[in-house]
Amino acid sequence: MEISAVLFYVFAGLAVISALAMVLNVRNTVAAAMSLVVTMVSIGGIFVLLDAYLVAALQIMVYGGAIVVLFLFVVMLLNLRTDDFPPVGLRLAKLGGGLLVVVVVSAIPRLLGGVFPEIPAAPTGYGGYRALGIALYTDYVLLVEMVSLLLLAAIVGALILAKRKID
Amino acid sequence: MVPIEHVIALSAALFTIGVGGVLIRRNLIVILMSIELMLNAANVALIGFNRMWPGIEGAPRMDGQVFVLMVITVAACEVAVGLGILISMFRNRDSVNIDEVNLLKW
Repeated sequence: MEISAVLFYVFAGLAVISALAMVLNVRNTVAAAMSLVVTMVSIGGIFVLLDAYLVAALQIMVYGGAIVVLFLFVVMLLNLRTDDFPPVGLRLAKLGGGLLVVVVVSAIPRLLGGVFPEIPAAPTGYGGYRALGIALYTDYVLLVEMVSLLLLAAIVGALILAKRKID
Repeated sequence: MVPIEHVIALSAALFTIGVGGVLIRRNLIVILMSIELMLNAANVALIGFNRMWPGIEGAPRMDGQVFVLMVITVAACEVAVGLGILISMFRNRDSVNIDEVNLLKW
C-alpha cells in the first residue's frame, strides 16, 4: 500500500474516533471541544491527500482555529466546564451508534464498489490558490457577493442576540 | 490513491456521528459542535467528488472546492449566531439544557 493511502486511513480513523469522543464525552465540554479540534485537523489532512491544498489550510485555520476557539470562549464565559445533564439511555446510544457507524462504513464501499472509476491524475494547479481564485471570481462571483451579505447579516444578528438590551 | 468509495464512507460515518450527537445530547454547545461535524462530513464528500472529476490539463475544475469554501463560511455564520442564541438563552434560563427550552414545542 502506498504512503498516501496509509495516511488516509490513519487520518480517517483519527477523525472518526475523535468525533465519537466528542459526541460521547458527557463529563467535560472542554474535552469535547478539543476532540473537535482533532477531528477538524484530521479532515484537513484528508483534504491535503485529496489535493485540495488551499481548502485544507482554510479548514485548519477557520475550523481548528476560529470556530473551536469561539466554542471554547463561550464554554469558559458561561463556566460550563462540567456537563450536568447527561443524555438519557447513553449505553443504548453508544451501542446503537457504534453499530450504525460500523454498518455504514462497511456497507458503503460494498454498495458503491465498481460504480466509480479510479481517481484520475490531477492536472497541474489543481487545488492551488490560482485555480480556486479564478473559479471564485469568474464563475462564482455572484456567490461571493451573496456570501458577503450573509456574513454581514450574521455579524449584525450575533451582536443583537448577544447584547443585553437593545437601546 | 484510495478509492472514492472509502472517502464517501468516511463522510457518511462522520455525518452519522453528527446526527447521533444532535439526537442524544442535551447540551446546546455539543449540539452545535455536532452540526459543525455534519457540515464537515458534507465537505469531505464534496472534496472527494471534486478530486474524482478534476478537469483537464491547463483548466482544472474547482467547483467542489468553491462549494466547500461557501460551506465553511455558512458554518462560521451559523456558529456566530448559534452561540449568540446560546448566550441569550443562558442569560434568561441559567442553563444550556435544550429540554428547558420548550416554549415552541407543541
